[in-house]
Amino acid sequence: MLLVPTPFGPRNASDLRYVGEATSRPDPDTATPEAWRDYLYLEHNPAGWMRETWYDRINRVYFQVERNTATNEFRNPTMPVTKHGKQA
Amino acid sequence: MAGSPTALIRKTKAKLGGGPPRYSAAGLVRRGLSGDPWPRVWRDVDLKSSYDVVIIGGGVHGLATAYYLATNHGITNVAVLDKAYLGSGGSGRNTAIVRSNYLTPEGVAFYDRSLSLYNTMSTDLNLNVMFSERGHMTLAHTDGALRTMNWRAEVNKLQGINSSVITPAEVKKLAPSLDVGTDSRYPILGALYHPPGGTIRHDAVVWGYARGADHRGVEMHQKTEVLDILCEGGEGPDGKGAGGRVTGVRTSRGDISAPIVVNCTAGWASLISDMAGVKLPIHTRPLQAAVTEPVKVFLPTVVVSGSLHVYVSQTDRGELVFGASVDPFNNYNVGGSLEFTEELAGHVLELMPGISKMRLLRQWAGLCDMTPDYSPVMGTTPVDGFYVDVGWGTYGFKAGPVSGEAMAEAIATRQTPKIIAPFGLSRFASGALVGEKGAAAVGH
Repeated sequence: MLLVPTPFGPRNASDLRYVGEATSRPDPDTATPEAWRDYLYLEHNPAGWMRETWYDRINRVYFQVERNTATNEFRNPTMPVTKHGKQA
Repeated sequence: MAGSPTALIRKTKAKLGGGPPRYSAAGLVRRGLSGDPWPRVWRDVDLKSSYDVVIIGGGVHGLATAYYLATNHGITNVAVLDKAYLGSGGSGRNTAIVRSNYLTPEGVAFYDRSLSLYNTMSTDLNLNVMFSERGHMTLAHTDGALRTMNWRAEVNKLQGINSSVITPAEVKKLAPSLDVGTDSRYPILGALYHPPGGTIRHDAVVWGYARGADHRGVEMHQKTEVLDILCEGGEGPDGKGAGGRVTGVRTSRGDISAPIVVNCTAGWASLISDMAGVKLPIHTRPLQAAVTEPVKVFLPTVVVSGSLHVYVSQTDRGELVFGASVDPFNNYNVGGSLEFTEELAGHVLELMPGISKMRLLRQWAGLCDMTPDYSPVMGTTPVDGFYVDVGWGTYGFKAGPVSGEAMAEAIATRQTPKIIAPFGLSRFASGALVGEKGAAAVGH
């Protein structure tokens, strides 16, 4: 069992859905095809600390947390951020 | 296949002294009676300061590439580096299953070439790889899965692959231990049956390629970790990145200069490519596997169930080998858990209720380098001289021979062979993905 410290308290990973590396989407109106490809497919895939996005199936929100992919330690879960940059 | 002209030529070459000292039944008896120790299979030599080709990763892919560079192209000033020991990664952790019943025409042609190389491997390498052509069965538990099986069967038949959809009654006849009743949670509606599929002793493949390559002059350096890849002329820091070229590698045992560096490191592929400033469409996830105590042979084929996230085969020793689907999040940690074992056991018992008294012997995991389309990433990169043979996800072992053959050709001729042209890194920019999820993934 992987216990994930979410902003709403600890949750079993099976209550959550893994989304992947935390990235920011380029502006679709101005992004070059290369930038769009990078956003869609390319990954850093580090063996160590990584900021990642998870989906909480129970609260139905996305949030971010840092995890060490070599040891499965977690730190700094953050509350979801709205479209306008405010904490939800 | 064993009688094909190329196999005959190779056999003759080996007899004329082109291969390593040959193993034989007479030799086995002689050493058995005399108690003489067997000679070391490959040499332990000092690391040189320069090579024509440096291959990072001493698994099936790296060793096969080195072997075919030496045998097919005469390039023997080659070093294979591994941070641990040969076959310590995915090559010794996979479930040793081979098959060619993929979904896309590109995938089918590619994996079928690999299967034909596996067919003649024991002769070619003069080492018994214990290929057991026992047939491969992929169960369908839903209408959607059955539709994909029919699709795969038709693509396979068109390319001359022996593959067909069979009924639950035929499934029962092939593997009587399976529960084909209709009252289970996921009843078996049919299966894709692929008689040429089977299992191989994966360690023997590693040793066979290492022995063959060593005899032709290739050097294998174990416990030699690559710390950095040296580049010049690239757009990134230290001359790395697009537009540059490779000049060598920095290892835990010193610097090596080499105009060609090949990344065959599977689960660690992103970390190695990062050293050359090349970003890959890969995420690393462990795949868990387990094995039971040995019992008498009762499961004659390989059985795969996508819906139940499990595949099962029985080894020659009688153990049942179980593989699961990859973990649902990126991870370089190969530790197992009781939760995993419990889930796996539940799924296996759903298929074969009769084995509930069997005990698990051990459990392990290997790292899988997953790509978005479940096809590999092979060939050149934006850094000149830096080649990749990565993105092998859960299907790397079965592709080992053809990958080595094609990568060796790509390196020796500086032309991408047709058989791997669809798998280039540039397909992610052009959008020409090769979607194999329906045939490569267990859990989907």
